[in-house]
Amino acid sequence: MEFQRREAPYLIPEVSVSSMMLQVLAALVPAAIAHVWFFGPGFIFNLLIATGFAIAAEAVMLSLRKRSPETGLSDYSALVTGALLAFALPSLTPWWVTATGALFAIVVAKHLYGGLGFNIFNPAMAGYVVILVAFPMHLNLWVAPSMGDLDYQHLTILQTLQFTLTGSLPDAISFDAISRATPLDVMKSGLNNARTAAEIRAIPIMGDFGGRGWEWIGNFLAIGGFWLMIRKIIRWQIPVGVGLGLLVPATIMYMIDPGSHASPGFHLFGGATILCAFFIATDPVSAATSPKGRFVYGIGIGLLIYCIRRWGSYADGVAFAVLLMNMAVPAIDYLTRPHIIGHKVRESRHD
Amino acid sequence: MSAPTYDLGQLHGGLRLPAHKTQSTAQAIQVVPIPSQLILPITQHVGDAAQPLVAIGDRVLKGQMIAEAGGTLSAPVHASSSGKVVAIEPWPVARRQGDNAPCVVIECDGKDEAIDVGAPVDYTSQSPEELLALILQGGIVGLGGAVFPTAQKLMQARTCEIDHLLLNGVECESYISCDDMLMREHATEVISGAQILMQALQLDVCFIAVESDKPDAINKLGEALAAVNDPRFVIKQVPTIYPSGGEDQLVQLVTSREVPSGGLPSDVGCLVQNVGTATAIHDWINKGQPLISRVTTVTGDGVNKPMNVRARIGTTIADIVEFTGGYSERAKQLIIGGPMTGNSVTTDRVPVVKATNCILVSSETPSTGPELPCIRCGACAEVCPVQLQPQQLFWYAASDNEVKLREFGLIDCIECGCCDVVCPSHIPLTADFRVAKGRIRELADEKARAARARQRFEARNDRLRQQRIERDTELAEQKESAKTAGPAAIAEILKRKQQEKKDQG
Repeated sequence: MEFQRREAPYLIPEVSVSSMMLQVLAALVPAAIAHVWFFGPGFIFNLLIATGFAIAAEAVMLSLRKRSPETGLSDYSALVTGALLAFALPSLTPWWVTATGALFAIVVAKHLYGGLGFNIFNPAMAGYVVILVAFPMHLNLWVAPSMGDLDYQHLTILQTLQFTLTGSLPDAISFDAISRATPLDVMKSGLNNARTAAEIRAIPIMGDFGGRGWEWIGNFLAIGGFWLMIRKIIRWQIPVGVGLGLLVPATIMYMIDPGSHASPGFHLFGGATILCAFFIATDPVSAATSPKGRFVYGIGIGLLIYCIRRWGSYADGVAFAVLLMNMAVPAIDYLTRPHIIGHKVRESRHD
Repeated sequence: MSAPTYDLGQLHGGLRLPAHKTQSTAQAIQVVPIPSQLILPITQHVGDAAQPLVAIGDRVLKGQMIAEAGGTLSAPVHASSSGKVVAIEPWPVARRQGDNAPCVVIECDGKDEAIDVGAPVDYTSQSPEELLALILQGGIVGLGGAVFPTAQKLMQARTCEIDHLLLNGVECESYISCDDMLMREHATEVISGAQILMQALQLDVCFIAVESDKPDAINKLGEALAAVNDPRFVIKQVPTIYPSGGEDQLVQLVTSREVPSGGLPSDVGCLVQNVGTATAIHDWINKGQPLISRVTTVTGDGVNKPMNVRARIGTTIADIVEFTGGYSERAKQLIIGGPMTGNSVTTDRVPVVKATNCILVSSETPSTGPELPCIRCGACAEVCPVQLQPQQLFWYAASDNEVKLREFGLIDCIECGCCDVVCPSHIPLTADFRVAKGRIRELADEKARAARARQRFEARNDRLRQQRIERDTELAEQKESAKTAGPAAIAEILKRKQQEKKDQG
């Protein structure tokens, strides 16, 4: 009898890149719903624009690079990049800002470096930083969170769509009436103006920990993140590392001088900390790979976030922290290699 | 259970594989009858080729040596039944490289007439040297799959300080259950073989390592130990994790010692022997029967009745599967060995050899879809039992970076296949590493050749330079002498010429 021939091993993997990416997307769903709940339908438009441009750019780049677009798109990585970028944006963002970020992420940060698996920098964060630098005005103002007891004016779906498409509001509404600085901005400018942290925290928008609305999105992101951890899509080292890197200095500074420093809880739940810890820093391609290396990488990101928030000129530092640590990944990976069984002492670098 | 269980070391990574073992352990080991034809590869071990002792037309008896050990690392082969040698020719065999190997083909006469080996010796009266010489003649090789000649392994171990024997009863691959069944049915023989090994190496401790999912085997071994009342034996239950049955991995698991890179378990005081090898030694030393049959597992959804059989070495897979009840309609793939490290073959004309622990017939392995780029998720590094970084090795293998491949321990890769099974991008890492290892070996050979050529070239240059210097000094001397002795010499010559003229004139 004749048989087919293959190479060992004959067991086939049960995991795939596409299922990993789909699970990451699934883990984002609760937070996405919270986002719409608190900050209005703008998030949906941003999501559609970001993912649409990301997928289109991926398809074009793949065919320009003579790769099969079907295979390349079937891994859903472009979809994840677009979704993560959407999470970083205020709900009122003109479409060209979002599109610029998505295009830069996919074309420059991802494909000019060789596509999936070869990009040094986290594409979503690279795209975000470009629009943060190019359109600072659009990215620093968020609509006020919708919480029953806070009396802010809100936009309808059509008004939101109009802003997204044209970048201007109906004549009757002024931008100032609907938008607020983010809690991190409020904290930063407040502290700069010699107000105490306690005074600033008393402002209603600051919420219980990290700002009205934002802290709830953070909670849902954390739930999704823990689910990914249980599913073994992400490992604990990076989220814990980011948390420790940020909380340890934050706690020490807060204990030394609580008047002029934000509390550790505010740092954890404010801004994009949770998003970063579970979804951004854990992008496997641009992160360190060894268990020890991942921990070091996470701690580095956490520390940089703290430094940028505390001493930098930007209110939040997640994107910069991630990109800076991306640069350090080759060195981290090299220095944190586990010992190979049978090699008692690490041999000299070159024999 | 009579023997205590001690604390174990740790194995990094590994996989919990689906066992698929119960289907083949439901019934006792069945003996495959004498086939009409036996195909005996002349070399069935790693090392130097054996040399055939028979010619076409010879009548051979069961147990007769048909090929002798040739070289320092080799083992003989014996006829597994009586009959006539009808051919010595290349025949398809199961191995990774090359499809055919020289084989002795014996037409069996069905009489199963055995060669007279005389009365078995009492091993306790033998010196270690005598025992080793005896074991060499039995054609015994490691039956766990590596088929390293046992006598040479023991001789090598005698040059090291060995403090214990480690009997390997860990069958960590899915489907395979031949060692499990052997321990259940022949526990006494396993222990008897181990006692011979301990005599040969003068050892006082023997750990029998068995996976925790084999309670029957553990019980049977415990009973057999109670019967012989030998306090030197300790049964060690190890967790059921692939690849804990790998030699170096088992040493690490049982003794917490790391076998050094490129070294052997004997470097850390361990001698590892498969339980099947121990029984083969018992059969040879105590019963005078060389290694001419083995237990092998016939299993998978491609056979109608999975079971363990004792088959003569040289019986073809076709004969064995027919005996067990034939192929099912799902038979699409024939793997000799387990699903992680076995060799896939295209024909069932291949014979069972000393290495054949499993005949796995399965339905088609579904396609995994296109191979995607590595996303550096590190799942491979988490399961690597040697703590390598396959994601880095993959990168360096793709770019042929020999220095980095060495630095990141490519040669320490045991090719267990764990990384392939967890890779979300479906990259055939183990196959890539096999190729890269081959290239590194080639490069090393090439370098050695280049070094030799350079040496020759430099030696030639030196020689030529030396010759040139010698010639130059010679010329210089002649010139010098011509200069100093010049006028006088010329006068002399002129004088002689004139004299010659005068004489002629």
